[in-house]
Amino acid sequence: MTKIFKNWIKKSRQEIELIARDPVLLLFILAIFSSLIIFIVYPLGKVIAASVFSKGQFSFNILKDVISNWYFRQGFYNSILMGVLTSLIGTGIGFLFAFTLARTDIPLKKVFHLIAIVPIISPPFIGAMAIIMLFGNNGLITSSLLGIRNFRIYGFRGLLLAQVITFFPVAYITLRGVLESISPTLEDAAFDLGGSRWKVFKKVTLPLAIPGIASAILVLFVETLADFGNPLILAGSKFPILSVQAYLQITGMYDLPRGAALALILLVPSISVYFLQKYWVARKKYVTVTGKPTASSLKVVSPAMKWVLFGLCVFLTAIILLIYITILWGAFAKVWGFDNSLTMKHFQYVFSVGFKAVTDTLLIAVTSTPIAGILGMVIAFLVVRKKFPGKSIMEFTSMLSFAVPGTVIGIGYILAFNRPPLVLTGTFIILILNFIFRYIPVGIQSGVAILRQVDPSIEEAAIDLGADSQYTFKRITLPLMIPAFFSGLIYSFVRAMTAISAAIFLVSAKWNLMTVQIMSQVESGRLGAASAFSVILVGIILVAILIIRAILTLFYGSFKGTMLKI
Amino acid sequence: MSVKLVNISKIFKGQEDVQKQVKAVDNVNLEIKEGEMVTFLGPSGCGKTTTLRIISGFEAPSAGEVWISGKMVNNIPPNKRDTSMVFQSYAIFPHLSVAQNIGFGLELKGWKTKDIKVEVKKIMAIMDFSELYSRRPDQLSGGQQQRVALARAIINKPSVLLFDEPLSNLDAKLRIQMRIEIRRIQKTFGITSIYVTHDQEEAMTVSDRIVVMNDGKIMQVATPFNIYSYPANDFVADFIGRVNFISTKIKEINEKGCVVDFGSGQKEIQLRYGDFKTGDNVTLIVRPESIKMTYCKEDKIYPMKGKVDKVVYLGPTIEYEIEVDGIDRKINAVIYNPIEAGFFHEGDLVNIDFNPVAAHILPAKE
Repeated sequence: MTKIFKNWIKKSRQEIELIARDPVLLLFILAIFSSLIIFIVYPLGKVIAASVFSKGQFSFNILKDVISNWYFRQGFYNSILMGVLTSLIGTGIGFLFAFTLARTDIPLKKVFHLIAIVPIISPPFIGAMAIIMLFGNNGLITSSLLGIRNFRIYGFRGLLLAQVITFFPVAYITLRGVLESISPTLEDAAFDLGGSRWKVFKKVTLPLAIPGIASAILVLFVETLADFGNPLILAGSKFPILSVQAYLQITGMYDLPRGAALALILLVPSISVYFLQKYWVARKKYVTVTGKPTASSLKVVSPAMKWVLFGLCVFLTAIILLIYITILWGAFAKVWGFDNSLTMKHFQYVFSVGFKAVTDTLLIAVTSTPIAGILGMVIAFLVVRKKFPGKSIMEFTSMLSFAVPGTVIGIGYILAFNRPPLVLTGTFIILILNFIFRYIPVGIQSGVAILRQVDPSIEEAAIDLGADSQYTFKRITLPLMIPAFFSGLIYSFVRAMTAISAAIFLVSAKWNLMTVQIMSQVESGRLGAASAFSVILVGIILVAILIIRAILTLFYGSFKGTMLKI
Repeated sequence: MSVKLVNISKIFKGQEDVQKQVKAVDNVNLEIKEGEMVTFLGPSGCGKTTTLRIISGFEAPSAGEVWISGKMVNNIPPNKRDTSMVFQSYAIFPHLSVAQNIGFGLELKGWKTKDIKVEVKKIMAIMDFSELYSRRPDQLSGGQQQRVALARAIINKPSVLLFDEPLSNLDAKLRIQMRIEIRRIQKTFGITSIYVTHDQEEAMTVSDRIVVMNDGKIMQVATPFNIYSYPANDFVADFIGRVNFISTKIKEINEKGCVVDFGSGQKEIQLRYGDFKTGDNVTLIVRPESIKMTYCKEDKIYPMKGKVDKVVYLGPTIEYEIEVDGIDRKINAVIYNPIEAGFFHEGDLVNIDFNPVAAHILPAKE
């Protein structure tokens, strides 16, 4: 043990000596470390501190108090239950969808794919809104079509439906990649050896996909647990959810310690499952090595089964379409559920009363996104190509904010930055910082992925031809990272535009966000205005994606990168 | 001389356990003359690529000195060394055009754009692939990428050109074509070159001299002819081509060489390396293609009589394995043009012979 430690010290000393020769690099590393500590570790520490210190004394009283409370315990159980069910059902649907699109030759594949990824670029609570508009008290289906009054969509059923629709696309994306990486040759081989279609699926395809499925289940669990928008709209008081309870403690009861304690309870399962996924399941992936990529013979599914799966895809996309049509209609309907004739008044409202929120949101997203993107690339470069002590700590810390539910981060930020030395609450800066540090992991991940693909000998070739390390980074490495940079950029932009769980704690009268506006419109029953806001929001995101793609194709005509596969 | 390696060693430390060490290069000494093309040949893990990377500056030697053009370059970083490398993966910059790739080194030297253009066009014309001037790397075949990588290295007129297994990613036919091409271009420009490969034929075709390496050590440095015909030790004999090791004893040493037992007869063979004396146990080295076979009559006595055990027909050649009483290893023989030379069959009795010119003597194996 001591020997290992001594060796570590020796290695670190050598690495420090090496870096000290490059002061610019050293400065960068120190700056990144301190900002990660201030804006990720410190707020989390504050949440923990607030829940285990009362009146300056260390005690578990607050936590005990929260745990012994029946209503909070119920919230915890409900959150876990919702997480488990959503992840299982969502992954199941996602798998069927992915399997159908990856392994059969049904028509309309592109359409199915596009529609399935729309929920990923929308605000996460659009599903909940549409469900209320369809199945609520004045719902289009329940009330207008079926004539049922007092149908209770709030609570377990409605929330589960909303969560599955919101999160199954995430499972779909993951599993599509997994299935596409499994060589169809393996299935062909199993066929050739005499397996039936079902046997081949059960003995070859499914086992090879298991690590991916496990990974998707865990990711969905973490995301559902952390989700805030859908439960706030749909959970209702009879089906409490932890993230909403934490928020209500703070904004409703002004009880920061209790809110922090609830956040801590929320943090424990999400962070443990996240790291279980990242460091255990994700490593169990099978790598199928094949000589040459082969086209699928697409015989793994019988013709009858193919059309069953096709029907399922049609059904799912129809539901998603229904949701978006509902929102669109809602934005133009006079009074949803009573008078569905068309009007522009909700848009007029948004453009007059609510326009500040639109410009604020855009300004904040446009400012934070490039910073998060560049920072992500720099960290990715340092992590992949440079040696310095604490490198794995840097990677871990910067990925941490991905695992932490937004509610926890939001509470951490108010606790950390509402008193000196850093008073930021209510400012533009706090929103920017929050978005930057919440979304750098995306940039890092795509940067790391692309750098690992770039053969180090490409950089060596530049050095060999006489370039120094700065020139090599500028002329070779950076241009090669551009596709990753832009796909990270799109992702963080989408997230910044649609974020709610952390941001709802940080908005103020001076700086407001569209998502928070939509929430309060829904709360006060103005579904039309909420829909109009949502339509504008999704519109802005689509335009932004188109612009970024246009820029990319303009400058990188022949580039064949993984242009945001979501 | 152009490149000199003095007592070069490289020790790699274990990732987790610093105590664990691997000696990748072990006390290598070598001088390479101006304009010469030298190949490092050896099995994987023999230290050939590490030695190349030490010369280019990508690895620092644990001990020893690297001299290029009369200057000790140990402390000169790779970007300041007057070497250009052709990488195994070609390392073509994927975001730059073919012309930009080739001109990269000149761009770094601060050349004017229009001068770079002229020079790039000139070199592409010499190498006969001008039509690729404005292509992008993803539109190139493996062989074309190879040419771009070579042109990019040569255009800088480096003192030393380094090749790191440059043909290993090409298919067999293209490999044969490119190795002739590389040799032609190297001779045209007269650049001192060091070439790393594990392919013997490649080494034979491109080199003035071959350096055979194993376990980080140099086994032999010689011309392709000498490496093949007069290997310095068992490793080189066995690694290069195929070989028959026949244990025997020195009967007598004279001014022409020595006389050794061969079956019931004797052979007079020239001694090239090593200190031998009468009575020494030695190994006789004869390549399979030097073995001559003739039919035996059952009742007659021949110097070395054997029985054909296995026949492998390959088209241009036919290979035989022959069992000989008193010799553990079967004798391998390759007969060219069997349609004219005739066939032997399994079970045939044959007499084995060879021309002493084609044989070589090494000390007996321990």
